[in-house]
Amino acid sequence: MGPTDLILARPIVLLTLFALAILLFDFWLPKEKKWFNALLAFIGVCFSAVGVHQIQAFIGNTPGIVGMLGTMVVDRFAIYFFYLFLAGTAIAILMSVRYLETENENHGEYYALMLLSVAGMMCMASGFDIVLIFIGLELMAISTYVLVGFLRRDRRSNEAALKYLLLGAFSSGIFAYGLSLLYGLTGTTNLAGIHQQLLHRAFDPQYRPVAIIALVTTLTGLLFKIAAIPFHQWAPDAYEGAPTSITGFMSVAVKAAGWAMLLRILLGSPFQFCGLVSMRDVWVPLLVFVSIATMTGANFAALTQTNTKRLLAYSSIAHVGYMLLGMIALGTATSHDGFDDGFKGILIYLLVYTFMNLGAFAVITSLRHRNIAGDDLDDLNGLYSRAPVEAVLMLVFMLSLAGIPPLAGFWGKYFIFLSLIETKHYVLAALGVLYSVFGLYYYLKIANAMFMRQPEKGEEKLPVSLAMRVALGLTGLATVYIGIMPNRFIEMVNWALGIVQQSNVANLMH
Amino acid sequence: MHAMTDISTLHYLVLGAALFLLGVIGVLTRRNVVIVLMSIELILNAVNLNLVAFSRYWQSIHGPSALHGQVFAIFVITDAAAEAAVGLGILIAFFRNKETVNVDEVNLLKW
Repeated sequence: MGPTDLILARPIVLLTLFALAILLFDFWLPKEKKWFNALLAFIGVCFSAVGVHQIQAFIGNTPGIVGMLGTMVVDRFAIYFFYLFLAGTAIAILMSVRYLETENENHGEYYALMLLSVAGMMCMASGFDIVLIFIGLELMAISTYVLVGFLRRDRRSNEAALKYLLLGAFSSGIFAYGLSLLYGLTGTTNLAGIHQQLLHRAFDPQYRPVAIIALVTTLTGLLFKIAAIPFHQWAPDAYEGAPTSITGFMSVAVKAAGWAMLLRILLGSPFQFCGLVSMRDVWVPLLVFVSIATMTGANFAALTQTNTKRLLAYSSIAHVGYMLLGMIALGTATSHDGFDDGFKGILIYLLVYTFMNLGAFAVITSLRHRNIAGDDLDDLNGLYSRAPVEAVLMLVFMLSLAGIPPLAGFWGKYFIFLSLIETKHYVLAALGVLYSVFGLYYYLKIANAMFMRQPEKGEEKLPVSLAMRVALGLTGLATVYIGIMPNRFIEMVNWALGIVQQSNVANLMH
Repeated sequence: MHAMTDISTLHYLVLGAALFLLGVIGVLTRRNVVIVLMSIELILNAVNLNLVAFSRYWQSIHGPSALHGQVFAIFVITDAAAEAAVGLGILIAFFRNKETVNVDEVNLLKW
């Protein structure tokens, strides 16, 4: 543990300390002062962000540094994900304050578990050793199981937590089995070491069968965590039953962490190949199948949904399908352009997705009051006359999720499809565009309910707390701002990936 | 000692694979949540067996300090304990509202 390690671990240590502090202070807080927990959690996230900023200043112009006895690599790629997790968590905390009061489950553990799960996510994004990645994954997953079941008296929440736990633990077991085979195959738990050994072992006929079993089991775990079809069954149930603020949190932060882990294990970072990259001849065909199945299945399943949370769960599965297309471009890229744009596409997609999806869930959370759950599609009826600001914001988020050009969601899809064309996957690109258009139908179904139908129960205005207003404002602003002025954010992603040259879109826009 | 050396790494791996398959079959076919949780424990123990066997194998090549697998196994054991604790906690919360541990009756949420 040198001084470098202390700097690298600071964001994670701060989050853990704040989580413990929340657990402690919660005892002294009277029932009507529980908002203090949320404040403390928010401050913890801010402190952690300062810690990340210090690392960013510390690494300067280098790609990143390896620390903690070689188990952790905090490079620009990891730092990008750190900021993404913290942004998603901060907004989810703002969404939770009033919601937990309404549900009458305002306990400190909620925020403590949230911070602990972010600590796990950071271990996943910066893990350079399969042990650390696995521990980070489990820390995140176990915290999330409890958060999903946080509404103890609500049967739907119980059931969602049970299903998520059983399937999550099952997939973690399969994932761990794959990791154990990888260790046996290579004799090391370090991702760079695994890559070195696999370079020749993966093609040695004596070891190839084991290598393929290891790849398939590991990939199963990875695909489960990002909820790709055929490993998606838990997602709609967990999303529908969980407290709405946690649904938002899961759909962005937990998913981004899954993606960070997937990229790290299958490819490594843009600065260093590691993990299973030498076996891309095996995983690319598998991912082609999975991504087509994901886009098809999720888009069709979303059509028939009558619950908004469930509809958005299927929509988030469909988005995973589009991002997997970027992964295929990455795995088959022969040119620098295709590789860079594929990586950029996935990272920008995750960024814009964080804001637009959290925003959509924030609107649904704000509908929860008194005896109305607010997650039925019919609860949105006539929202425009009851809460015009929320209705317009929801429309913006829906159009952005569908990928309509002046909004943020467009840029994620743009780079993914661009990378597919650059790597000559014309059929896949066409399929992706087709399904994006297809998705517009169910997004507009929500808009239709909000603007075209009459409200069922009077026209009373919805009360919206200050924290929720901030959350809605931030997500709405980010969705519009990234859509209109993407350059700053594209430069940010370029920095995270160490891309120096101007990208095609930047040239077009100057 | 001679009889001991007859058990090679491969034996452990076959046993591990068998345990893993039993666990997977258990999760997929059993209807009682407690037995499903037990099957998940079987999978994690297959992982531990693999890790320790591989660790011994690599120790014989890289020398006695190559202990990664054993350390990993300790982490997996800890994780299994945490998962079981949370799992049973969630199951109790579920049971209080529904009075069943049968996964067939976990049917409120479906499309």
